[in-house]
Amino acid sequence: MEDGKVIETTNLTKIYPHQTAVDNLSFSVKEAEIFGFLGPNGSGKTTTLLMLLGLTQPSAGSARICGIDPIRKARDVKRLVGYLPENVGFYQDMDAVQSLAYIADLNGMDRKTARAKIFEVLDTVELSGDPHKKVGTYSRGMKQRLGIAEVLLKNPRVMFLDEPTLGLDPDGALKLVDLIQSLNRDLNMSVLLSSHQLHQVQKISHRVGIMIKGNMVAEGPIDDLAREKFGLGGTEYGLEEIYMKYFQEV
Amino acid sequence: MQGISAVYRKELSDHFTSYRFVILFALIAMVSFITSYMAGIHLKESLEGVAKPRFVFLMLFNTTGALFSMVQFVAFFGPLIGIVLGFDAINRERGDGTLIKIVSQPIYRDSVINGKFLAGVTTISIMLTSIILVISGLGLMLLGVVPGVEGIWRLLVFLIISIFYISFWLGLSLLFSIFFKSIATSALASVALWIFLSFFVSLGASVLADMVVPVDAQGGENAEAVVKNIRVKQFVSLFSPMSLYTNASATIIDPMRKTSDAVVLMGPMEQFSAERFQNPLPLEQSILVVYPYIVVLIALTLVCFAISYLVFMIQEIRT
Repeated sequence: MEDGKVIETTNLTKIYPHQTAVDNLSFSVKEAEIFGFLGPNGSGKTTTLLMLLGLTQPSAGSARICGIDPIRKARDVKRLVGYLPENVGFYQDMDAVQSLAYIADLNGMDRKTARAKIFEVLDTVELSGDPHKKVGTYSRGMKQRLGIAEVLLKNPRVMFLDEPTLGLDPDGALKLVDLIQSLNRDLNMSVLLSSHQLHQVQKISHRVGIMIKGNMVAEGPIDDLAREKFGLGGTEYGLEEIYMKYFQEV
Repeated sequence: MQGISAVYRKELSDHFTSYRFVILFALIAMVSFITSYMAGIHLKESLEGVAKPRFVFLMLFNTTGALFSMVQFVAFFGPLIGIVLGFDAINRERGDGTLIKIVSQPIYRDSVINGKFLAGVTTISIMLTSIILVISGLGLMLLGVVPGVEGIWRLLVFLIISIFYISFWLGLSLLFSIFFKSIATSALASVALWIFLSFFVSLGASVLADMVVPVDAQGGENAEAVVKNIRVKQFVSLFSPMSLYTNASATIIDPMRKTSDAVVLMGPMEQFSAERFQNPLPLEQSILVVYPYIVVLIALTLVCFAISYLVFMIQEIRT
């Protein structure tokens, strides 16, 4: 932690029986930074996130979250990290308050603190209008925001957001991106953002990493990557061009 | 612990508020009510003007009034309760994408499965206890007999055996819900295994016994062969949890029974003395007789849950 890195991996590897999902991955995310985690489908992003959470055993290599080893102390890491999975699910017949109360319960929060905190996070994600509406009737955008609320409930140091804007309408996606940005700015929260919406990532990320076939082929601020690929005047190129360039090279 | 209790509370409230539970409970309450009512009426008639035997109360549970007795009912349909409570426990959460969310909270992964299993066992216990209490109340009204202390103890032992029996099926369907990604598959697999173990094993037992030790229909002269035939049949049917349960509860609920064997070979003198001294066994002796069955039943339940636990712990969390 002294070096200000909230996530650090060294040679992290995951080998499944028929494929190598993550291959000697080394990267780091600094404190209070939004890190855009890019890569085509099946490039091992979600597997990496699961290993960082201690939900999957790496085949080799190591990782540290705020200095804690997620393999040995998975529970401590899960206290610090809020994870929003891709296509997060909810119990259909619960309302937002009940869903959040269950998460609070799983985090060992006492009833009173939980109650106050629940309405606080519902306010943050702008869902406090009708807190007793069943989650089953929520729109996709509302579900994603409820997912963020569940993540915020435990006051995480780091957020892992896996495709948070997938399938949202432009307006909903924009709101969500703004929300992520304001959380990062106001609460100094580090964010590991995995997404395919490159223009959104470009808008809010401090640094990005491009992962292809289990390898991190590029890591750094967008401008640096642009210069690396397109020369000194490269900063006019967007993340999309940079990404495609890397993708074609591999 | 914090994780287990959170999952436990949530699952328990889910069980009690689900339509599935309400329908199941209504059905079972109704059937057991009717069975014991019939048993009660039947008992009342047959005991008219006769000195009442000592354990009239327990007879409420094992007298076949109309179709089957309460004990038979639990033996046949108890598994269904366990299966209904467990067949979609894990795969539904996996499919809905809630499982990954739950295990990424600061809990141990086993809290999920422990909490679910315990909540199921609690639901089963509450269900059975309330049904037995209702039947007892009904019996008090119909027969006007108050159960003795020993009768209550016996009911309690019967209750515990029944809870383990149904929990075995809960554990099994939980295991299937971990193995099979599809809810329909795990439901079908559980029901198929239930039908196989409960109905076909006993059928197969007689077929196998007749194959191994043929006994001709009229003969019956050769006592040794008959006994052998029955031994084989019994051995094979022990693979069915249902016959384990029937055996285990046999002497508990019926104090007059001295053995769980179907056939007892007796000489004329033994028969004479057995008839003269027809007294109920004390509870400890009754338990001792069926002790092996009880132990095996409990062991089966625990093994089944242990396998589910292991599989769940080593399985990749991703779908």
